[in-house]
Amino acid sequence: MEKQWFTISVYSENHVGLLHRISGIFLKRHINIESLNVSKSEIDDVSKFTIVVYTTERWTTHIVAQIEKQVEVIKAYYHTDDETIYQESALFKIASHLLFDERQIQNIIKDSHSQIVTVSRDFFVLAKTGRRHEIDQMYQELEPFGIMQFVRSGRITVTKAEMPISALLEKFQHA
Amino acid sequence: MEPVKAMKKQAAETKTVTITGAEAIIHCLLAEGVDLLYGYPGGAIMPVYDELYKFKDRLHHVLTRHEQGAVHAAQGYARVSGRVGVAMATSGPGATNLVTGLADAQIDSTPVVCITGQVPRHLLGSDAFQETDIVGISTPVTKWNYQVTRAEEIPEIMAKAFYIARSGRPGPVLVDITKNAQFDTLEFEYKPCRGVRSYTPNPKPDMAAIEAAAELINTAKKPYIIYGQGVILGEAEAELNALVEKSGIPAAWTILGLSAMDSDHPLNVGMVGMHGNYGPNVLTNECDVLIAIGMRFDDRVTGNLETYAKQAKVIHFEIDPAEVDKNVKTHLAVLGNAKETLSLLLPKIKKNSHEAWLAEFHKKDQEEFNAVIDKDLNPTKPGLTMGEVVAEINRATGHKAVIVSDVGQHQMIACRYAKFRQSKSNITSGGLGTMGFALPAAIGAKMGAPEREVVAIVGDGGYQMNIQELGTIFQTKTPVKIVVLNNDFLGMVRQWQELFFDRRYASTIMTNPDFVKIAEGYHIKARRVDAREDLSAAVTEMIACPDAYFLEVKVEKEDNVFPMIPSGASVSDIRLK
Repeated sequence: MEKQWFTISVYSENHVGLLHRISGIFLKRHINIESLNVSKSEIDDVSKFTIVVYTTERWTTHIVAQIEKQVEVIKAYYHTDDETIYQESALFKIASHLLFDERQIQNIIKDSHSQIVTVSRDFFVLAKTGRRHEIDQMYQELEPFGIMQFVRSGRITVTKAEMPISALLEKFQHA
Repeated sequence: MEPVKAMKKQAAETKTVTITGAEAIIHCLLAEGVDLLYGYPGGAIMPVYDELYKFKDRLHHVLTRHEQGAVHAAQGYARVSGRVGVAMATSGPGATNLVTGLADAQIDSTPVVCITGQVPRHLLGSDAFQETDIVGISTPVTKWNYQVTRAEEIPEIMAKAFYIARSGRPGPVLVDITKNAQFDTLEFEYKPCRGVRSYTPNPKPDMAAIEAAAELINTAKKPYIIYGQGVILGEAEAELNALVEKSGIPAAWTILGLSAMDSDHPLNVGMVGMHGNYGPNVLTNECDVLIAIGMRFDDRVTGNLETYAKQAKVIHFEIDPAEVDKNVKTHLAVLGNAKETLSLLLPKIKKNSHEAWLAEFHKKDQEEFNAVIDKDLNPTKPGLTMGEVVAEINRATGHKAVIVSDVGQHQMIACRYAKFRQSKSNITSGGLGTMGFALPAAIGAKMGAPEREVVAIVGDGGYQMNIQELGTIFQTKTPVKIVVLNNDFLGMVRQWQELFFDRRYASTIMTNPDFVKIAEGYHIKARRVDAREDLSAAVTEMIACPDAYFLEVKVEKEDNVFPMIPSGASVSDIRLK
């Protein structure tokens, strides 16, 4: 079975030990977490983990089953890239003089649709939101001029299909 | 935290009482029906022990000689009684000594609640004396765990702990309680846990799946049942028996499924797995429908998955959705508690018999008898075999004893030859293969079923891994019978060295002490047997003894356990020699 990118979405209770429990499931199987994001979800008091892995569908189904087995996990789903809308964010810290000395930098900012978050005497910060390859491209373009600092966030994802968590929780309420 | 005012108001309305966290822990245990627990005191759990002292008439604490002994005893208690076993330890080394037992209980689905003391909240993270992150350490080996840092959390967390440990697919839960939470007071009120919204312990059976399963079973030509511990944990023994008898389908046990059916039932055809019976392994690859009930296709059961039951349609009756398609791709999964799903299935099953198919098992049985069993049970060579000792124990106990085995050759022999009439009688460390399990687990088993004879069968290696628990047996006067099958080797490893490492016996030769003297040092009646003519009388004397009894049997040093599926081979390639 071929490896591909999968996004695993986990709806859970907000419990302090759960991240450790979930990461252990990947560790045990030697599967690298390519990116991880934890945030609130569309439901009050329900957290959402967004985990990106590059592996086979067989392993992904195993992992999702093991995640879902955890007491504090309400439901876990997995999706391919085609089934989701996803973005990442990145910040680039660059020396301020380049903004004036290198014409090309201004073109990169314009063409990449990135934003200048702040400008100080010594440095300025660019923020870029988009797909991984767009951020990678921008990185490559800026690299020759010198990047003082770079950071990229985990992937955040919404799915095209429904993930019916509210119905599940309601069912429990009436059980 | 709730405002103090609101809490007081609530307290007044529900007529709660103000008690310390330590006392609350005792009340929680009592409310959960616990009257017995195992443990070892220490600094961070002392307030709870102080309360145990006050409640000793209602809650019996057994002081083991090591925390590992406590958790294995709790496991033995749970396995034999079906109730939640409870173990208690202090922080740091007390807590880490529980880890092996937690891992064992996790992989063998045993309901256990472990309570550990922890340094006071204000010292957490400061590398305080006997501080260890037991919640972090135990996470991969517990079904659930939690650190309590405030006294008022105790009732809810304890209720949740017991609920999670026993519900659905059972497992171990650890509750770590900081010392300040034990000292502080709370308004105590206990509400048993009835559910956790993110947790579905018993998947609802799908009638369409049940119908489909019945259809497959009714039309099968060579159907074959493999049953595991899910039958025992789900208390579905009667349903399994009814299914087997109505359908006429041969049924084999996994090591942890053993004792769910009468050993001598004509349709109970033997054990699957690495040292299981010949027919049950080979015919796995000849059945047309494989009905797996409450088992998880462990690698010791399946051998090479690429050649496992490929010809068969596999129906998997399973409570844990994560087990479905994990190792063996199923044709049909029937999720749910085995008692529930089998009850729904039964009326849809047609009365049938499979005489020709069953005869194939009998034929293979005969081959195995000629090649292996006869030599094991009716040996003509001078050295005693493990098999004849187990058979002698069977005879002396009328097949009614609880057999607690450790890990290794003697375990495989015990699970092959011990005969059972009653469920929850075979207690052994299956998934984790924990040497040292049997002696403390036998203590728990005897306390969980005091009316039953409990015989621990242990090797000379595993015995010495928790031999200190003889002290617990002595102090509590627990009348367990201990049989050490002594070959002065780590026998199973030695067997592998003989077969696969050209007899290079690296670190498997044991120079053993005088086990009889050691037992006698604990004032336990003891005897050694090294000749066949003394075996029967010694076993009879042991079973007749009303107190604890230690019997060492010197067995043949270099016997091997057969049949055997070499590691990674197919079940079809099981060796008879």
